[in-house]
Amino acid sequence: MDIKITTRNLDLYYGQNHALKDVNIDIEAGKITALIGPSGCGKSTYLKTLNRMNDLVEGVKITGEIKLDGENIYDPKVDVTILRKKVGMVFQKPNPFPMSIYDNIAYGPRIHGIKNRSDLDEIVENSLKGAALWDEVRDRLKKSALGLSGGQQQRLCIARAIAVSPEVILMDEPTSALDPISTTKIEDLMSELKKQYTVVIVTHNMQQAVRISDRTAFFLLGEMVEFGKTEDLFSMPQDKRTEDYITGRFG
Amino acid sequence: MKSSIDKLSNDISLMKKKHRPKDSAQKFAIYACAILTVVILFYLLIYIMVRGLPNVTWEFLSTEPSALNKTVGILPSIINTLYMIGITLLIATPIGVGAAIFLNEYAKRGKIVKVIEFTTETLAGIPSVLYGLFGALFFGVTLQLGYSILAGALTLVLMILPIIVRTTQEALKTVPNEYREGALGIGTTKWHMIRTIILPGALPGIITAVILAIGRIVGESAALLFTSGIGTNMPTNFFGHAMESGATLTVQLYTYAAKGQNEPAFGIAAVLVIIVLIINLLTNYLSKRFSNKNK
Repeated sequence: MDIKITTRNLDLYYGQNHALKDVNIDIEAGKITALIGPSGCGKSTYLKTLNRMNDLVEGVKITGEIKLDGENIYDPKVDVTILRKKVGMVFQKPNPFPMSIYDNIAYGPRIHGIKNRSDLDEIVENSLKGAALWDEVRDRLKKSALGLSGGQQQRLCIARAIAVSPEVILMDEPTSALDPISTTKIEDLMSELKKQYTVVIVTHNMQQAVRISDRTAFFLLGEMVEFGKTEDLFSMPQDKRTEDYITGRFG
Repeated sequence: MKSSIDKLSNDISLMKKKHRPKDSAQKFAIYACAILTVVILFYLLIYIMVRGLPNVTWEFLSTEPSALNKTVGILPSIINTLYMIGITLLIATPIGVGAAIFLNEYAKRGKIVKVIEFTTETLAGIPSVLYGLFGALFFGVTLQLGYSILAGALTLVLMILPIIVRTTQEALKTVPNEYREGALGIGTTKWHMIRTIILPGALPGIITAVILAIGRIVGESAALLFTSGIGTNMPTNFFGHAMESGATLTVQLYTYAAKGQNEPAFGIAAVLVIIVLIINLLTNYLSKRFSNKNK
């Protein structure tokens, strides 16, 4: 078993609010790990600790350790921009920039120093192909990304994330704002993505977790209650709270 | 005894339209207020135009006031106004936009930000003649700039900074947070994110801020009377002119009016009204144009 990210004794506070309590998880390389749980359970918060997007929130305090390939990402010496290049993120609401499709994808590579036109062309094409969007937009790369449908925008955001060749992709409820057909497309895409990337996904939809993930972690009130193989967790949960949640008794 | 709950009874036909005199009176009063506002505005505009436009000739616009040539032109004032706008904006825009970026993107919400915001709001409310007094003493005397366009422009910088800061801040707030997350999430530095995503998104608002500031500069007289003075000489040196006293259109209007010379005063008034009109149209056009470009 090849571990990509280890989390040890992670505690997170928003001011007085103890949002994550002693979380320990090993995220396997090349697998899809799903984080499930009711609203406010800390699953999105945990996801955002993995590329330090919580740094943007005022009053956050984090203790414990998260290691990416053995390096502590909360070490003061860490360059956050490099961390986020390695650990990309796709958000709940598709958030393409108000620029052309091409420039959206090229945005990341450009900041990491790629200026050469033909290199950029190649990255843009490969990223859009990787996000299963190339055939739909190849004729309108210069058009504004805001003209795409919601599902296309979200695949564009995935393309934008993979354009900087990350190792890990974090997805924060990536299909919750999309219709069922777009959702299916993105789910299909995810099984392709895990061939190259480690994927961590937060989802409200338990069926989605069953369909796409290899591992599932169940969060409740800031605690990571149970973590294991997805089929095991859903067929024979070890913890009563997990069972209550997945059988629909609350949440 | 009849209960008042009967008023909610449904045993009543829809067709019995009630007469409500109070409603009608209120409606009438509100319409009257609206009409009055428009009438006053148009009366003022027409009055200025009727009295002013006949004086606005090519000679009026293209000559300087000269007893020798018997001309009362306003060309120096037009040039002074342009100088005033140019110098003031050149200094105030970068500082104002920079301060707004700091307040909105860098500063933590806390005491300091509140103090700065309170200060800018207070500055915006101070009567302009106080700026004039301060500018005359500080820029004119202490910094020995005397009566000069530069002293006037520096005074106006203080005056319009709050406008630029506040308007830019509002513009920055309209840029969705998702853009910030998206950019930072792929590893941009904060400054690069601001330069490539936030500032372009806020551009219509920043342009509005600048144009509002131009409006304020064009309309200002009290703050300039003591600082840039009432000079009406044509510039002889492009840069040197900034160190000379120079009346803007509004100040020039004041000096004519103070001497009872109503014809040139109304002529300038008409020119100013037209300039303000153009500025407003330009604001609308530019903000529409830039916000469309982003869609």
